[in-house]
Amino acid sequence: MVRALIHVPSTAKSGEVIEIKTLISHVMETGYRIGVTGAPIPRDIIDQFVCTYNGEEIFRAQLFPAIAANPFISFFTVATASGTLTFSWTDQHGATQVQTAEIKVE
Amino acid sequence: MTTLAAFLMRFAALVTVFLVAGRVFAVEIPLNERRSDSEFISADTRAMQNDDAANPGMLSVADGEALWNAKAGTTNKSCADCHGDATAGMKGVAARYPAVIPAQSRPVDLEQRINMSRVADQKAAALPFESKELLALTAYIGRQSRGMPIAVKEDAQSKKFIAAGRAIFERRQGQLELSCAQCHDDNWGKKLAGNLVPQAQPTGYPIYRLEWQELGSLQRRLRSCMSAMRAEPYDFGAPALVDLEFFLMWRARGMAVETPAVRP
Amino acid sequence: MPQKTRQSRRDVLKMAGAFAGCGGLTLLAVRPAAATPAMMQEAVRNAIGEATVNKGKVKLDLPPIVENGNSVPCTVSVDSAMTANDYVKAIHIFNEKNPQPNVISVRLSPRAGRAAFSTRIRLADSQTVTAMAELSDGTFWSGDIDVIVTLAACIEEVKP
Repeated sequence: MVRALIHVPSTAKSGEVIEIKTLISHVMETGYRIGVTGAPIPRDIIDQFVCTYNGEEIFRAQLFPAIAANPFISFFTVATASGTLTFSWTDQHGATQVQTAEIKVE
Repeated sequence: MTTLAAFLMRFAALVTVFLVAGRVFAVEIPLNERRSDSEFISADTRAMQNDDAANPGMLSVADGEALWNAKAGTTNKSCADCHGDATAGMKGVAARYPAVIPAQSRPVDLEQRINMSRVADQKAAALPFESKELLALTAYIGRQSRGMPIAVKEDAQSKKFIAAGRAIFERRQGQLELSCAQCHDDNWGKKLAGNLVPQAQPTGYPIYRLEWQELGSLQRRLRSCMSAMRAEPYDFGAPALVDLEFFLMWRARGMAVETPAVRP
Repeated sequence: MPQKTRQSRRDVLKMAGAFAGCGGLTLLAVRPAAATPAMMQEAVRNAIGEATVNKGKVKLDLPPIVENGNSVPCTVSVDSAMTANDYVKAIHIFNEKNPQPNVISVRLSPRAGRAAFSTRIRLADSQTVTAMAELSDGTFWSGDIDVIVTLAACIEEVKP
């Protein structure tokens, strides 16, 4: 598990468009850098990010090496009902990290 | 032509201007003209720094909080077990470092002070300089001083170390025979190859530096600047480096702590 | 002594920029294949097929002068009501000078409320960055922006 920070408003009005900000610790090694030995440092990136809201997908992103280290992604969603937002980051090796946040919708 | 030669050619041309036009003695920046390095970065970088949801340094602060609460060493105690909640117990601490430690009769910086506690009080291994863990703890403790004025004082004990640090800051060094003061006291606000020269006020360390793509300490920044000046950098933890840190933090006294800052 | 091809100073600085932008420096005259216009076109075709792309509706926000190519804040927003019948299905960002032309591909639904997102990207050199949007009515729209990437004054080596 690596550190991820998620910012979701804890409460929102029904129908309100809210902004969600996510940040995760990851080197996002491009595979193009030459190391001190003279050999390229192998690529190691997160290549998939998905957010679901009470089980329904609301955002999906395919990331490439051009995404900066410690990926920051912010996006929007309509606050529909109280419940759980689930965030998954998957790296190129298939390893997935999942984190959740609760939201109360009035 | 190698990239190094290209860089040296460009840098030497700029330095020639400094050497010809620069003052013989560096003039200290008047206290009320001091400005944070945050004012010399782009608006976008500043916005990144000021948004805790976007500032990558906050990832390390969160790691530091976990470490603060983690048991360590043969004592199996966490920092919290003795110091309590850091948001209360560590308020203002980072703003006071480096400081002269009576037991050592020498200044230590915050990183060294953390390790002193780890070894003596937790009976745990010291964390290596620039390790992820030491940076996280330093960032977490530094964050508890955010907004507070830097409180490094000059007194009978610290005077000679601050003077030693100042001497390093003002001394010409390396292949380019440049001193820190020539850029950061005499030419701050001017451009060096597309970047603005800041005053080099270390208000936000450890910083998330975009060039490093990670968090790093003031010692790392000083070492890399010395390399860039084509001078031999001091080792991590070397007394000369701590003296220089001490002088720089004293030079920034009264300015607000910004940890964790974001820099280009 | 192996014969070295004479390189102009501009080429050397461009290479240094490519590496500085991608987060590292080599002192050897080696560089990875940069994206060519053909590679970018292929990446676009892979993402959106053979559809015609209209200019408009898509706004790309990047700083016109980039302080450090390792991390460039990037916001895309598409003019769309985001209703059940009229929404943005996908947004793709491409670049022309990094070793690889794709940057990010995003899938949206009417649940988004707003067809916009922000991230931070790497740019190896001064170049044009392009964003393309696929709408629910099957049309494609694009917007682009020219960005200048400055070299850092003090180049450091990759941390061992």
